[in-house]
Amino acid sequence: MPRHARSDAPYLSQSVSICVHPWFPFFLTVSALDLAKQLTAKFGDVLSEPAEFRGEITIQLADAERIAEVCEFAKKELSFDYLVDISSLDNYGEDPRWTLVYHLRRLADSCELRLKTGVSEEKSELPTVIGVWRTANWHEREIYDMMGIRFRGHPDLRRILMWEGYPYFPLRKDFPLAGKPTQVPEVAFTQVAPLEGGPFVTAPGSKDAIEREPRVKTFES
Amino acid sequence: MPAWSEIGYDSKIEGDFIVTRIDAALNWFRKNSLWPMPMGLACCAIELMAAGASRFDISRFGSEVMRFSPRQSDVMIVAGTVTYKMATAVKRIYDQMAEPKWVIAMGACASTGGMYRSYSVLQGVDNIIPVDVYVAGCPPRPEALLDALIKLQNHVQHEPLLATLKKA
Repeated sequence: MPRHARSDAPYLSQSVSICVHPWFPFFLTVSALDLAKQLTAKFGDVLSEPAEFRGEITIQLADAERIAEVCEFAKKELSFDYLVDISSLDNYGEDPRWTLVYHLRRLADSCELRLKTGVSEEKSELPTVIGVWRTANWHEREIYDMMGIRFRGHPDLRRILMWEGYPYFPLRKDFPLAGKPTQVPEVAFTQVAPLEGGPFVTAPGSKDAIEREPRVKTFES
Repeated sequence: MPAWSEIGYDSKIEGDFIVTRIDAALNWFRKNSLWPMPMGLACCAIELMAAGASRFDISRFGSEVMRFSPRQSDVMIVAGTVTYKMATAVKRIYDQMAEPKWVIAMGACASTGGMYRSYSVLQGVDNIIPVDVYVAGCPPRPEALLDALIKLQNHVQHEPLLATLKKA
């Protein structure tokens, strides 16, 4: 019996980037880094070299227009059959302003891979990946609702959290926490929430997380 | 003598008759069967369910019939965070309730927005519908909700029922 018998296997999967599942035969284990290298070999012109941090692999995609194509290959050939999440970042003041992060996973052996791609503010649009994973539908709607990034080819790109007709994208960095007043007659409205220097206010641009995070603060004035 | 004791009955004096005012009697009927519309929106709804279950037993006060139809309910218990998206639905359901109707704002969020000082949360359900009783707490214990219900019953008992009917 090999040293990595079934009983050790789940603990191994939490260590570096070797992916093992208790039901998976030992001689077939493959690392996320190997899979990432296969992906970069196929799309070498747009994909960066895989970067490893604490056992997690990240690949940068230079051209957001090819995200669906890359994901298609990752699912069909590398069997990343589960899209864990899509999230979006607002790098306010930088270019490209938006970063989209795709978390891919293989259910058979728990391999994880992270794909990042940048989208400029002028464009704010990239292809949908619903054709690859159907679960992307609501993830993309949420990103559209909160950040205002559009997904070309999405069959039903409506708001999902805010009410239909709301004119702003509230998770953008230049949107105030208290909100903005809006009014769509006969439909819905919003008002500015009273913050009054209370404990729930973030202070963007502060030097460290302790200053920046919302917590009880005593303001002078 | 307090107004709520006007419906008192003494068999030695009154025999087979009960003497009272008509609006005191009608209010007495109303206050002892306030059917709630459970508008459970967040964790307060769990405490609302506890108030309806056997340990706290809201049926001691005649309010055990949680109607999920606004047409059949008397008191809307707004239990939880009212987001702006949900606010339209809350207002619509309140409008669908038949008169007479009352509202209990249960918990900090329904009363004032609570800790959600945010773009997405209505800062108190009294921005859109009239509230009769506010309950403090995050979430309030079931006893607090029952206390609010008893306060509402006292309020209902004292309503000048016939006077308002004539005006309408």
